[in-house]
Amino acid sequence: MSNLLEIKNATLKFGGVTAVNDLTFSVEEGEVYAIVGPNGAGKSTVFNLISRFYDPYAGSINFDGNNLLDRNADAVADLGIARTFQNIELFDHATVLQNLLVGRHRHRSTNLLQEALFTSKVRREEKRHREAVEEVIDFLDLQPYRDKMIAGLPYGVRKVVELGRALASGPRLLLLDEPASGLSVEETQDMRWWIDDIRKQMGITVLMVEHDMGLVSGVSDRVLALADGAKLAEGTPAQVQSDPAVIEAYLGAGAA
Amino acid sequence: MRIHFKTSYEHDIRLFPDRWSFLVYALLIVVAVLLPWLIDDFFLGEVTNVLIWAIAGLGLMMLTGQTGQASLGHAAFLALGCYSCIIFMEQGLPFLIAFPAAGILTGIIGTIIAIPAIRLHGIYLAIATMALSILADDIIVLMEPITNGVSGKFAPVINIFGIEIERWGTPDRFYWLVLVVAIICTLIYRNILRSPLGRAFAAVRDSEVSATAMGIHISRTKAISFGISCAITGLAGALMGFFSGIVTNETFSIVISITLLMMIVIGGLGSIHGAFFGAVVVAFLPQFLSLAKETVIGGGVAIPGLETGVFGMILILFILFEPMGIYGRWMKIRIWFELFPFARKDMFKRQKSYLKTERLR
Repeated sequence: MSNLLEIKNATLKFGGVTAVNDLTFSVEEGEVYAIVGPNGAGKSTVFNLISRFYDPYAGSINFDGNNLLDRNADAVADLGIARTFQNIELFDHATVLQNLLVGRHRHRSTNLLQEALFTSKVRREEKRHREAVEEVIDFLDLQPYRDKMIAGLPYGVRKVVELGRALASGPRLLLLDEPASGLSVEETQDMRWWIDDIRKQMGITVLMVEHDMGLVSGVSDRVLALADGAKLAEGTPAQVQSDPAVIEAYLGAGAA
Repeated sequence: MRIHFKTSYEHDIRLFPDRWSFLVYALLIVVAVLLPWLIDDFFLGEVTNVLIWAIAGLGLMMLTGQTGQASLGHAAFLALGCYSCIIFMEQGLPFLIAFPAAGILTGIIGTIIAIPAIRLHGIYLAIATMALSILADDIIVLMEPITNGVSGKFAPVINIFGIEIERWGTPDRFYWLVLVVAIICTLIYRNILRSPLGRAFAAVRDSEVSATAMGIHISRTKAISFGISCAITGLAGALMGFFSGIVTNETFSIVISITLLMMIVIGGLGSIHGAFFGAVVVAFLPQFLSLAKETVIGGGVAIPGLETGVFGMILILFILFEPMGIYGRWMKIRIWFELFPFARKDMFKRQKSYLKTERLR
């Protein structure tokens, strides 16, 4: 299998703090790759580097042969990279359906004039987007919430809607920032099946940050452990969990 | 209680959800068209005024309600639309070309002004655009050769294929003209809302971070919103010029900007109905107040600041008790009747929102 995402020697500093320190890793096409680590290890920062919200101080980020550093944050989605956020970032004053349709924005092919007049092309495109969104709705069982405003939905549903919005864009790489945080045991179980199906049925590569080791070892092929922005260990979930350096980072020296 | 049984995606795309609401709006338009025969010229003028304010409100609503960018500079764009339309017509262009051209020019200039301004957020954007309103006054005076400065400009008579339209001479024709413009603007507004651009506006309003991650170019989207907003406002400005007959540097003051912003807040941010409801309040309140004053303390007594005071009070009450504006109240009353007797007070309770991602830039 080939590498879909390659991060080489990425370094990011905020003033005197080194958030990501000379980090190198790659994600293969079709795998579920998890990043774990204690709070402040730089996991979300890695995501924000890939999303181009931050400029790395040094290093390179490549996606399927494209240099991501050549692109602005809004041009990353065009390559087929979709993401969710740690603290759900949905469009609160819009319905679930509208939120999912925003996910289709990168497939927009009509211009301002056509949209102002709502020509038959816009109408046709709208139906096409709707079909794609309906597939996601069926996949995630969101049927009861289609026309509900986000502002009135419970946390667990919002989490699923955010996953749906990322899926609606038809990505090749899905970045999930703590998909199970704040979810109940049942909801976490659902999330686990969904991530499995996203990889197996849809063929989407998943890169996720997660604290729930049950979920991580259940779905991921490889795990990267981070501490203080640097790589501690990389390997299968079992290898990483038994790595002395990882245990030390979580529990302190002498615990092993 | 009506239940929408949806059988195709068309249902969510088309303009009217069902035949009933289509009938209601069709009836509304029929009544609006027949209005000149139903009421006298004074009230027809008032209704015309409401419609013009509503068009201006739609313009600002696109920017503030849909895209979430507050602007206190829209009086400047009203002025720009007004002056450019009158000047185009004085140069011999027919109204049917001069009027859209004025809108397009205002839109383009609005976009150019927006490009540096949209780097600012929230209150800072409001302050920056407020400067525009203040500058507009001076610019009109300084550009005296074109604008006639403080002595002002007279609105020419509108001529569409030989039919003469004038505010005082033919109030019914002028009313129909404004009505047609209002309907076209509303349709365009609605079309944008139900297409990808409208959703991009909402995305920028609610979360710039995730809008970016979805592939939306934030500053371009804001600039487009500014452009459309200014174009519609420019059209309203031109109509205001024809309505008042004479325009000077003081016609479009900062007070107009503030009134416009208050109007859409009172009407209900983010809804087309809100622009119209707000316009009714703004256009009728001065008349209502002077009538009330006459009956309570008798005519001839001037109370300075009465109008602005009452306006401010209404605005505060709305922000405190009905942040969704008149449209929000309207929806609640409708739902109450539709669900009767099952509506409960808590159904409309505002939900608390969850933690937001910290600003990344």
